[in-house]
Amino acid sequence: MDSIAIELRGIDKSFGPVHANKNINLKVRKGTIHGVIGENGAGKSTLMSILYGFYQADSGEIHVDGRQVTIRDPNAAIAAGIGMVHQHFMLVENFTVLENIMLGAEESQILNKGIAKARDELKRLEREYALEVNPDAVIEELPVGLQQRVEILKALYRRADILILDEPTGVLTPAEADHLFRVLEQLKSQGKTIILITHKLREIMAITDEVSVMRRGEMVATRTTAETSVEELAELMVGRRVLLRVEKGEAKPADVKLSVNGLTVKDSRGVTMVDNVSFNLRAGEIVGIAGVAGNGQSELLEAISGIRRAVSGEVHLNGKAIDVTGHVDPRELRDRGLAHVPEDRHHVGLVLKFEECENAILGYHHDKRYLNGVFLNVDAIRKDAEQRIAEYDIRPPNARLKTANFSGGNQQKIVLAREMERGPDVLIIGQPTRGVDVGAIEFIHKRIIEMRDQGKAVLLVSVELDEIRALSDRILVMFAGRVVGERDPDATEGELGLLMAGVEGRKEAAE
Amino acid sequence: MDFFHVIVVLLESTIRVSVPLIFAALAGLFTERAGIFDIGLEGKMLGAAFAAGAVAAITQSVWLGLLAAILISVALSLVHGYASITQRGNQIVSGVAINFIVAGSTVILGEAWFRQGGRTPALAEGARFQTINFPFADTIREVPFIGPIYADLLSGHFILTYLAFAMVPLSWWILYRTRFGLRLRAVGENPGAVDTAGISVIWMRYRAVICCGILCGFAGAYLSLAMTAGFVKGMTAGKGYIALAALIFAKWRPFNIMLACLLFGFLDAFAIRLQGNPLPLIGQVPVQLMQALPYILTVILLAGFIGKAIPPKAGGVPYVKER
Repeated sequence: MDSIAIELRGIDKSFGPVHANKNINLKVRKGTIHGVIGENGAGKSTLMSILYGFYQADSGEIHVDGRQVTIRDPNAAIAAGIGMVHQHFMLVENFTVLENIMLGAEESQILNKGIAKARDELKRLEREYALEVNPDAVIEELPVGLQQRVEILKALYRRADILILDEPTGVLTPAEADHLFRVLEQLKSQGKTIILITHKLREIMAITDEVSVMRRGEMVATRTTAETSVEELAELMVGRRVLLRVEKGEAKPADVKLSVNGLTVKDSRGVTMVDNVSFNLRAGEIVGIAGVAGNGQSELLEAISGIRRAVSGEVHLNGKAIDVTGHVDPRELRDRGLAHVPEDRHHVGLVLKFEECENAILGYHHDKRYLNGVFLNVDAIRKDAEQRIAEYDIRPPNARLKTANFSGGNQQKIVLAREMERGPDVLIIGQPTRGVDVGAIEFIHKRIIEMRDQGKAVLLVSVELDEIRALSDRILVMFAGRVVGERDPDATEGELGLLMAGVEGRKEAAE
Repeated sequence: MDFFHVIVVLLESTIRVSVPLIFAALAGLFTERAGIFDIGLEGKMLGAAFAAGAVAAITQSVWLGLLAAILISVALSLVHGYASITQRGNQIVSGVAINFIVAGSTVILGEAWFRQGGRTPALAEGARFQTINFPFADTIREVPFIGPIYADLLSGHFILTYLAFAMVPLSWWILYRTRFGLRLRAVGENPGAVDTAGISVIWMRYRAVICCGILCGFAGAYLSLAMTAGFVKGMTAGKGYIALAALIFAKWRPFNIMLACLLFGFLDAFAIRLQGNPLPLIGQVPVQLMQALPYILTVILLAGFIGKAIPPKAGGVPYVKER
């Protein structure tokens, strides 16, 4: 029973000055689901990449089934029976399911011979693990849940006994995630060993048998899941006590600050992404928009903040119309009291090659404070940036550092500081804590609540349902471009999950 | 009958000028499908044409000429590969550099070796490709309609011409029906998927680049050993770029490439035919306009008629393992 599927001994890996893995020891028992948690940058992905032969460890040993193995490349990992489901799927999008599964395991030079065999094998796997998928479907036409299934099938097709899943639920609906967990249970019952990498404590508690915690490149603890708690794991991850629940008082909603009426937005292909959406946002409240990624939330934010032109509908800011169907100047919106923390901070929120202080004034560079005639007042800009860095605890505290060199959480703080500190009436925030570690999440959540308590109107979009529930005073659920329901923050996760999957909403709309 | 004769002659020269385009565009197909943009088709073709002309002139052997063309073209491809695969350089810059180096060095070497103003000596019959006549071509020629088509259109071409057209289905088969092709296409779309499947991205891309070199070698040899009897400086005259346009126009698909090359070849043949002959109604058309037509057509058709040409997703991007 207690045989060990994988044992890592003294794994050490550095990338230049960054010590990503420090003397890691890990034992994973056969036929169990073993969780590996840690903040972003704790070294989980590096460790798993070493196990999968993507990188070589500087020192240390890998033992599979009690035998020491050398894993130089993914081929060796596959040969050792290790399969990996990557966070960003490693699929060729314009290939069929079958072609993707065969890739690298084609059996012969000419495809035809292998195809029939692969088809049979795929059928067998489908039956055995209840993983149905049409082998002739093209990947890019499949929903992400099915794409992930193809990744799992790919590993099983290569006869993997040990399956590593890297942040598998990030892109899934709650229902899809539940289904994934059932599949994992099924795989476990057939004797497969599963390593689940995640930063979501809830998932760890729900499905794993054992859990190992990483912090700053070190393996700090291994626990039996049944004998630990969310609080203990969070503390181990961060290295100090963390408030998981955000403390907030009663909301005191006042005047309507932002009203959206019948807003319809199409994407560049002409597909309707936001379909006749209406809602009001009041001063002193946080309205959360829940939904699975890709159901129109991004386009909604873009239309309101003037980045994307809407097809029809009206938006009023402080009682005055914004010309969302015509030309909107984001700078004018900023001047009128609307601040926007974009979802994709790397592409929209920041210029990564700029210094921190330059990013800290991006979009506000025409402010007289930062100008000396037509020139930038560099001293004022730096001084201002240093003050923000202190207030928001941005690390490292260096306003001259290239923004790319800050961690995800600190980059997000730079954007938040920039947008929050000008005292906007309306704050629109997309994915405030995507790629942000637990410690910083706590800080960001606190700030958002503070904004609300100062009487600001906050519109929050997040794919993290927990975050929406923790922060919002009202929750709107979007599905296929429509708002399919409004709920209180104490609505159960199941209820919201059904809305997000479009199940309840249709009924509600019909009634 | 006279009109029919004109058509046959026009189509016959269409085939003649399409051949280097087909070779070069298929060459581009192999690299670009593997994710490496290749603007250096022109230079490789020119280098190959020079090597073929020079070696054939010296050795008096057409086959050694062809071999030299392929070797030079593959060598240039490997330079491009080294710059863009191993060194992760900018693929456009590397391709343009090859074009310039070849355009200059062929003239210098040609002048140094042969002293004929950058030309290679005119090749005797044994040192260049001869046309192949199908059996009974001359007897059937007199049969109306079928006769000229058989005798002039199908028969009487060089072996490289038949090879070019045979390469179209062969390339399709390689790309879509073999393991090599599957991996090659995958490496141009998502090299990460190939890497995690345990296949070397670098080696895959090098092999694609070598395929490109071989095909460009054929294209160049055709120019100096078949179409004409010797190398003339700058003899590719933008054919590499037209081939690139055809490749994009054809949305990176083998059979479309053949059709696009035939279309561009037809325009070229038409332009040559039109020289000095006024068009009815329009009058004299500047030959430059006709020569520009393939490019103009590509822009217009790509802009509106054939929809978006979506290049291989990983095209132009050197593969770096993400950290």
